[in-house]
Amino acid sequence: MLKMEDLYVKVGGKEILKGINLHISDGENYILFGPNGSGKTSLLMTLMGFDGYEVVQGRIYYNDHDITSMPAYERARLGIGMSFQRPPTIHGLKTRDMVRLCAGDRKVDIEDLAKEVNFSELLERDINAGFSGGEIKRSELLQLMAQDPSLILFDEPESGVDLENMALIGRIIKSILDGPLEPRNGVSMKELKSRHQTSGLIITHTGYILDYINADRGQVLYEGKLCCTARPRDILDHISKYGYKECVRCLN
Amino acid sequence: MSQLNECESPRVDLGKYSFDQQEQSALKDLRQLSDEDRKRLLMAGVDTNQTQRSGSYLHINHSKVHCSSSRKDVEIMDIKEALDTYDGLPEYYWQAVDKEKDEFTRAAAEKVHGGYFIRTKKGAKIQDPVQSCLFIKGENVGQNVHNIIVVEEDSELHVITGCTTSENVTSALHLGISEVYIKKGGKLTFTMVHNWGSEVMVRPRTMAIVEEDGVFASNYILLRPVKSIQSFPTVYLNGARAVARFNSILVAPKGSYIDSGNKIVLNAPDTRGEIISRTITTGGTIIAPGIIEGNIAPAKGHLECKGLVLSNGIIHAIPELKATVPGVELSHEAAVGKIAQEEIEYLMARGLDEEEATSTIVRGFMNVDIMGLPAELHASVEKTIQETEKDMF
Repeated sequence: MLKMEDLYVKVGGKEILKGINLHISDGENYILFGPNGSGKTSLLMTLMGFDGYEVVQGRIYYNDHDITSMPAYERARLGIGMSFQRPPTIHGLKTRDMVRLCAGDRKVDIEDLAKEVNFSELLERDINAGFSGGEIKRSELLQLMAQDPSLILFDEPESGVDLENMALIGRIIKSILDGPLEPRNGVSMKELKSRHQTSGLIITHTGYILDYINADRGQVLYEGKLCCTARPRDILDHISKYGYKECVRCLN
Repeated sequence: MSQLNECESPRVDLGKYSFDQQEQSALKDLRQLSDEDRKRLLMAGVDTNQTQRSGSYLHINHSKVHCSSSRKDVEIMDIKEALDTYDGLPEYYWQAVDKEKDEFTRAAAEKVHGGYFIRTKKGAKIQDPVQSCLFIKGENVGQNVHNIIVVEEDSELHVITGCTTSENVTSALHLGISEVYIKKGGKLTFTMVHNWGSEVMVRPRTMAIVEEDGVFASNYILLRPVKSIQSFPTVYLNGARAVARFNSILVAPKGSYIDSGNKIVLNAPDTRGEIISRTITTGGTIIAPGIIEGNIAPAKGHLECKGLVLSNGIIHAIPELKATVPGVELSHEAAVGKIAQEEIEYLMARGLDEEEATSTIVRGFMNVDIMGLPAELHASVEKTIQETEKDMF
């Protein structure tokens, strides 16, 4: 699904990512750990194709398309979606209309989707205007549900979220990534699952999200380099005990 | 005013325009207008089918051609008729606007071509708007109109005024005096849509006086090219708890010079005033002054001017607050600049290309929704915005 080959990225003239090799398969959930400033968000921004993230070497492939120099909207149309950590407010653009824009040509029942993320009351509000931490997350998820991407980039889905919201957000992320939680319309779960091949690339600091989703694989990004492929749980346990000291040793 | 490197406001040469033209023949039904004219009127918010309208007034060049009301509790007349009928309207005629203010008020006082007189009955709630249209057909026509709106005690009214020139007219002069009187507990929504030609000069002079518990909500929409507009509608909140709100959306393409602002004077306790202006230049000049003056406490006012400079044009926002007694609360926020890259990228990450993203943000910026217009007027404004957008980027 996604392949990054020997990727070097500069931001504001400074090299942030230094030779990233990463492969995410169809339906796989990949967790990215790393201390502040290690380049995690830059990796996501580069994948989405934002201005200011200059690929100086290497390639990015998505389902056999070389997307290295593709503009963000084309990547989005190919099926890459992103949940922003601090999305901007757009005055005068109602959340409802934003969700409709995300859906593109697909027909979606906005009311239904909003109900799922407990957002019905907020549909008439300008997008992100005065949203709380939990509301931002739920609005991002609502937009992604309408957009229905095949690869979703999550930038710290648990930041600024209280415990009550965390359960809801965790459950929704799971259903987006792993498909519907219940069989419906006479279709078996097995069939539903095989149709559902959404992959996730998730940045987490706290690891709370691991309580909710099936995380297949994790890695640590440290000073622009990837290291320590392991089960996400194990990485988290290690980091919470020893911090990122080991990464220094490992990478040198 | 500060020393800015601005091109000076275009001057009006009154001698250039014809103020004496034949009277237009009356129209029984607005649908008798040509399709072309009807389209121009619609772009100015005037519905010639008159669906969901409580009444209509149409003035072409120098005379009234149509005046009708579907309700007994709202009176709609030509101003000249009203002056005859009501002995010169001594309470209202030239009572809010100073006749000697400038050469344009003097010109309008010297020869009035017409204009509307709209008055509600006490307590009447007029749900559907009354629409009026001041229409200029003919090159270099100079139009003087004098409008008076009286909202009697505890009554409610929405007046839509569309000012427009016909398709083939590029140059004209519109001088409009408007005097608005809102009595105790009265409520007026006043929506004005301008749809001029590229060489048209416009010099309206508008004053409103609001008594106790009265509400004056004004919407002003100018999306199409004009040579020059200079207007500064002012409202005096003279009764306790009176409220005034000005909301304007101005777009200046190349060649337009728009000097349009508002003033609210808080003259009674617990009055509130709000001025919101959103301006966009795509090459023209916009001067957007706003003044809120508080002369008694407690009183509150807020001023918000936002400007988007989309190409080489000028936006000069001049928010002013003046408090003359302690205890007045006034605030303002002003921002002039470009569209945030961050917002464009957010939308691009959702699959919108750059142009779609920009247009979505600009639409949001204009935010017609907050005006709370009737559905069909809202739709016609949206349509005009859509057409205007084609020339924007």
